[in-house]
Amino acid sequence: MKTGFHVFLAAFIALGASWCGFVLAPALQLGTAKQAAVLNSSDIYPVQRSGDATLGLQVYRASGCAACHTEQIQQTGVACEIELTSVGKNPAAVEKQINALFAPSPFLGVNFITNDQNIPYGGPPSIDISHLPQIILNHLEKSKADAVVGGITSAGGKAEIHIIATGTDIARSWGLRRSVAEDFLWDDPVQLGDIRVGPDLADVGARLGNADWQLLHLYTPQSVVKGSVMPPFRFLFETRKIAGAPSPDALHLPEELAPPAGFEVVPTDDAKNLAAYLLSLRADVPLYDAPFTALQASTSAPSNKK
Amino acid sequence: MNENEKIDSAIDASCRVPLLALFGGAALWLVVGLALALVASLNFHMPEKFGNCAWLTYGRVQPAANDAVLYGFAIPAALGVMLWIFARLGRTELVLPLVPVVAANIWNLGVAVGLVAILIGDSTGFTWLEFPRGSSVLLFAAFLLVAISAVATFGARRRRELHPSHWFLLAALFWFPWIYSTANLFLIAHHPVRGVTQAVIGWWFADNLVFVWLALAGIGTAFYFLPKLAGRPLQGHYSALFAFLTLTLFGTWCGIPQGAPVPAWLPALSAAASALLVVPLFVIEITGCRTAWGSVKSKWDNGPFCFIGSGMDFFFISGLMLVAMACPQISRVTEFTWFGAAQVQLQLLGFFAMTMFGAVYYILPRAAGFEFPFPKLARVQYWVSLAGLALFILPLAIGGVAQGMKLRNPQIPFADISNSSLMFLRVSTAGQLLLLLGGLIFALNVFGLTFKWKMALLKSLIAAIKAPLEIAEVKS
Repeated sequence: MKTGFHVFLAAFIALGASWCGFVLAPALQLGTAKQAAVLNSSDIYPVQRSGDATLGLQVYRASGCAACHTEQIQQTGVACEIELTSVGKNPAAVEKQINALFAPSPFLGVNFITNDQNIPYGGPPSIDISHLPQIILNHLEKSKADAVVGGITSAGGKAEIHIIATGTDIARSWGLRRSVAEDFLWDDPVQLGDIRVGPDLADVGARLGNADWQLLHLYTPQSVVKGSVMPPFRFLFETRKIAGAPSPDALHLPEELAPPAGFEVVPTDDAKNLAAYLLSLRADVPLYDAPFTALQASTSAPSNKK
Repeated sequence: MNENEKIDSAIDASCRVPLLALFGGAALWLVVGLALALVASLNFHMPEKFGNCAWLTYGRVQPAANDAVLYGFAIPAALGVMLWIFARLGRTELVLPLVPVVAANIWNLGVAVGLVAILIGDSTGFTWLEFPRGSSVLLFAAFLLVAISAVATFGARRRRELHPSHWFLLAALFWFPWIYSTANLFLIAHHPVRGVTQAVIGWWFADNLVFVWLALAGIGTAFYFLPKLAGRPLQGHYSALFAFLTLTLFGTWCGIPQGAPVPAWLPALSAAASALLVVPLFVIEITGCRTAWGSVKSKWDNGPFCFIGSGMDFFFISGLMLVAMACPQISRVTEFTWFGAAQVQLQLLGFFAMTMFGAVYYILPRAAGFEFPFPKLARVQYWVSLAGLALFILPLAIGGVAQGMKLRNPQIPFADISNSSLMFLRVSTAGQLLLLLGGLIFALNVFGLTFKWKMALLKSLIAAIKAPLEIAEVKS
């Protein structure tokens, strides 16, 4: 490093290399990303957010929600569960097949299923064939699941393999699969967040899909979620005199927070847009990058319960 | 006064006005930033209080506080120190001394506009890049202006050989315009990139600004002052060169979180680079220690030496924390927790601010030609800041690990986790209070000195007016 030019050259090479790696390469690799196909479906994902939800993202940005909330679910892997859908004409044979999987191996002293350390079960599952379909095994590796289903099929029964994402975030029911690049295709700015002072919101629309609940929670988090540390966002609401008929949007507040008689608390457009954005956060379809078996009704439909 | 001292005092005099402008703004924004951070932290004591006030909501105050400290304090302070070091090392007076003065005012305007924009909800939503477009243009222009003066001073140097500080500080001058323009053009311009590419570029920028830029400017400053204060040359010219090359080569690739929803090669590459970053961290720490060693006892009463020595140690710790967070096994616990915030704040307020305090305490009395009004308070500030850092960073780091452990156990309800973090956050508020006190002492000294200088100017002006006319003039 004898001259300023040497310093310039060294800095140029170092920074230029990382610029090519972390600015240019991702822009080339992901810049032309298109919507992805949903697994086992003719749909594409993600669908453009609705207008109010797109505006709501700007409220999310302006309020700095990402200072406390992430929008990225993580998973550690996948596991399979087996659903017995039919025992066919010979239930005893199917049952025998399944029990055989749990018979001790003559060499290892463990059986076919439980030598996998992830299996919490010690013995054969109790199968009540009068209630089918029924989940008979879970937390299996794919190869073992295939073997079990093969055995059941050869005995004349029928079984399905469900792919379930695993990991803490999934177990907290924050989502059904990890977040992938496709989830953020339409967002500007992308609000991934880097700290979980509050829960992850990547799939909050599927988890807490009720706009009234979201609005009430924004106005008074503590009275909706016990022990919440979220500050209230009352500046997104307006307390006004009831002129004529009460507004249909007015919040149904608990006694201690209710406005004086003759007044009502109504959400501003910002609050409504923010709620629409939160409801639009649904990372709940299986993709090639992040497969899982979408189960009917119970998990993927919007639930209005808290 | 010998020849050398005469040159020194001429150089110092040429830097006087630019440095007062840059350091004055820095001291002001430091206090503003630390006060905003305290307000943000109050949200964890009484979340209900700020519910009606949009501009005091945590999500706005917290980024505003960070930006005020980084853009308001850290960068202008570093630029001022850089100008002075370039002039002193080159044995030449500052070239174009008025340009940095103009630049300092543009810069302060940019920071003010940016902070107001964040508080009224015009933030861009990217971490460390929250300032809107107009403000970014002002900052970029101001930086270039200072860089012009710095490079011209560097070019006019009379002593031709380069000091290790030169490498680090020149690289810092080159770094900021590149990363800042890239981030603004790719993320905030009319057609920003789409999807998670935004996040990747955002992480690249944040790492290059908060880790690499601060490291270049801070280590460059420390490598100038440590030998000077310890009274012996930098121990290891080649180890400093090795540290410079490895820091710039590996440091720029860090910062992509391990679990990010991006193509897997990005976090993998980042983890590899972070692991290699251990090399420059150790080389820098060893070089610093070897230079300062032996003189520690004798210099312990020397304010600047304490500040800069501690700053180097904090750099080492914060660098190791960064490396740890990039390790996949550890990142599974620390990701999405307060641990990351602890690392960033240690880098900013531990390493960088302490180094700058030391440098300013050394430079400003010489440049202004006045002693600080309360020089004894420098020691008080040192201990107050040290205590503040301990009370601020340690709870965040420990609380972050505890939070991460609990997040990994889905049996623990989330509300319990966030409530148990509250205790740590509340303790850290006490640390922030002490840090603010330290910042106030610093500002008091800087503004007191500026006031003394202005009074002296006024006095000499009055004296010039009152002075009796010389006989020669009367005659004519």
